[in-house]
Amino acid sequence: MQRRDFLKRSALTTAGTMLIPHFLKAYELNQMGMAPATGKTLVIVQLSGGNDGLNTVVPYRNDIYYRERPTLAIPRDKVLTLNDEVGFNPALESLKSLYDDGLVTVINNVGYPNPDRSHFRSKDIWQTASDSDKYVATGWLGRYLDASCSGADACQPHRVIEVDDTLSLALKGSHVNGLAMLNPQKLYNQTRGSMVEGLAKAGHADEHDNVSYLYKTLAETVSSASYVYDKSAQSTRPVNTTKGTYPATELGSRLKTVSELIQSGVSTSVYYISISGFDTHINQPNQQERLLRQYADAVKAFMGDLKASNRQNDVLLMTFSEFGRRVKQNASNGTDHGTANNVFLVGGGITPGKVFNEAPNLASLDEGDLKYTVDFRNIYATLLRNWLNADDTAILGQKFDTLGFV
Amino acid sequence: MRPISKQQQIQHLYWRAGFGATPALAQRESHRPIRKVVRDLLNSEIPFAPLTVVEPAQVVDRKELRGMARTGMIDRNMLKQRLKENTEHIRDLNVLWVQRMGTNQDVLREKMALFWHGHFACRVLNPVAVQHYLNTIRQHALGTFGELLMAVSKEPAMLQFLNNQQNRKNAPNENFAREVMELFTLGRTDGSTANYTEADVKDAARAFTGWGFTIDGEFTFRKNQHDDGLKTIFGQSGTFVGDDVIRLLLERKQTARFVTSKIYRFLVDDQATDSTARNRINTLADRFYSKGYNIADLLETILTADWFYEPAVVGTRIKSPVELVAGIEQSLGLQFEQKQSLIFIQRTLGQVLLYPPNVAGWPGGRNWIDSSSLLFRMKLPDLLLQAGQVNIKPKEDGDVNTELLSKRGKGSMQASADWNAFEAAFASVSTEKLPDELAAYLLQQPLGTAQRATVMKRLKPDSNRSDQLKILTATIMALPEYQLC
Repeated sequence: MQRRDFLKRSALTTAGTMLIPHFLKAYELNQMGMAPATGKTLVIVQLSGGNDGLNTVVPYRNDIYYRERPTLAIPRDKVLTLNDEVGFNPALESLKSLYDDGLVTVINNVGYPNPDRSHFRSKDIWQTASDSDKYVATGWLGRYLDASCSGADACQPHRVIEVDDTLSLALKGSHVNGLAMLNPQKLYNQTRGSMVEGLAKAGHADEHDNVSYLYKTLAETVSSASYVYDKSAQSTRPVNTTKGTYPATELGSRLKTVSELIQSGVSTSVYYISISGFDTHINQPNQQERLLRQYADAVKAFMGDLKASNRQNDVLLMTFSEFGRRVKQNASNGTDHGTANNVFLVGGGITPGKVFNEAPNLASLDEGDLKYTVDFRNIYATLLRNWLNADDTAILGQKFDTLGFV
Repeated sequence: MRPISKQQQIQHLYWRAGFGATPALAQRESHRPIRKVVRDLLNSEIPFAPLTVVEPAQVVDRKELRGMARTGMIDRNMLKQRLKENTEHIRDLNVLWVQRMGTNQDVLREKMALFWHGHFACRVLNPVAVQHYLNTIRQHALGTFGELLMAVSKEPAMLQFLNNQQNRKNAPNENFAREVMELFTLGRTDGSTANYTEADVKDAARAFTGWGFTIDGEFTFRKNQHDDGLKTIFGQSGTFVGDDVIRLLLERKQTARFVTSKIYRFLVDDQATDSTARNRINTLADRFYSKGYNIADLLETILTADWFYEPAVVGTRIKSPVELVAGIEQSLGLQFEQKQSLIFIQRTLGQVLLYPPNVAGWPGGRNWIDSSSLLFRMKLPDLLLQAGQVNIKPKEDGDVNTELLSKRGKGSMQASADWNAFEAAFASVSTEKLPDELAAYLLQQPLGTAQRATVMKRLKPDSNRSDQLKILTATIMALPEYQLC
């Protein structure tokens, strides 16, 4: 029996029996009548390790930049000019072509008050959207998921998907967590087999909170895995005919998966991807350029793919890193942990693609680090309210002004 | 209400006060009064011994190493190599500790050290400092909270992690002063009342000025950096030093309440919010306070309380990743072929010891469980006991210094179990009763009808008893119920 048939049949024929726990019944029924996604999609790419923002969006007219980075600074004539202050690192050639098409917005000086220079702490602050002196156990996208579940009989983890084997804090909610999945086939395989599937529908007679929580998680996982797999398998454009040619990199293949899921009509609003390697304390140039090139090439392929299927205005890609790096280079031809950084927004039909705000002020630093001028939560608030149509204040726990980019 | 057998009570005690018991131990202790078993857990015959993977003289701090690289004393490859070795030492310490949890030696000490590691969460990259910190919390784990607090506060690892090394007269750094109140003693608020003010934090920070550590990793009081002016903390004024702040914190009963409540949530019920729990915590905290913060006394009171063995408590706590792994090690006498396997599991499930996410420690409870962690937990017995193939990869955390920890290790996650000892404990059980007896030992929740059927389906009809026992064990360990203790 096909999984799909099984779901229908079990929901219809065994309702009222003890075989399927209540929450699961509600969920399966709910899912069958679910409309395909019509709204907007947000894709987040996290550059883990602290990408050096100053060598990404280069202040090529700034003497202080060249003075503080005698061997690391990107020569003026190599910079891909965006305006009369800043330009891209030459490795971002592919991103520059998207910029020239009006698809890229660069926001400078993004950070938060009392910045923390620890990877873990700063990543948590970005992922939970908390103040830097508070510790929060849920992520902003997990709380978005919580909010979009409220009032429903059951929650759908696949509304927020991380393309990975493990789940980031950003996607953990209080009532429901997002779904981690490298690709639909892999997760589906993991949930197949008598053990997981059988137990998911078995539930548990004992209704202690934590027992039912485990079974609820299992049932939702199996349901979501099956739903996403079925959707992608039924898609009119199966995996091997995706038009876009993606680079054979980790980000390339993950964005390809996202594109396929979007085009399959799966009801997912947010995708999350993180790539690593940006912690460039030693011998920065080759490492960073390689990573930036991979990033730009993958994003260009992704946007091209979406354009070909006429979805580029429905999908907005945001890129951030947990912090930028010191203005002054270190003695190992690298840079140490810093503070404010730039954020990229790509696609989404936002008007017009441009450099959103002023370049970093290198003459006014805080202990050698950039001062932020845009709180990252202003960006989150804008994405939640204006892009995902959600209650940003409830999700972020505070009111942040929206920015005018959407 | 389901009945809790004596053996289940003993198993419950060992799960909560340790990392489970071997079947032989659980059977043996079932014939003794709980009170005596608890006493033995509190008074181990094994004298305290530090865990040691590195001698202080072997390690050069990374800051110094970078200095040496700058001045050309060592080249870049050497620098990289030395930094890698430092990470390897911390990894070895992690593995040594988890392996120790998996043996039945002084388990309550290791269990409480794990609690204190989450309470006094700290992560630094110097292996000597980490080793010293770990042994301090292990040494004081069952002593008095006052001594533990003082000792941890003076640990170089903690002073560095919370920036007290930078806390100087006229340039105070409030990080340590704030966290010692918010996370280690008082908690931010009690209901709607704040437990301390910003002014308390400011003056406490001034009192802690001068607390630091030497290049040899010893606590030192740098008198010339100390602000010896008048401070007012919790309404009391004086020319306080750091030790005075610790004393003032211990004088406040809120410290006893806050710490007791965290211990209660760790040992008894992670969802404790109702009035029953509140009353119990208040009673326990009163006693903890009046007994001078005697940790062993508090534990004895909890572990011998009738309510501790009620069905509402037994089998309801979600095991942390480390408790899960140490529990499997303990039950089966499991030995890992590669250290990296133990790190890989911790990394994949979100709890790498000695690398807590932040000073607030691991949130715990349901936070451990999401779709991918649950699937991996259910797959784990197959990976460990039946040489299943690992096909997932934990996320890299972005820090170039911990890349080593993301590696999976070569090949599969081979581990060997002491099946002979395990099987011997069930020798008198008939083959028909074997599934239920194993479940009664492995699970602290009843084996449901559907679950039992799922388990039985995995048995091959023509397999011998030993193979049946292995398959049953691995399958029962894969149930969601096994995630609870």
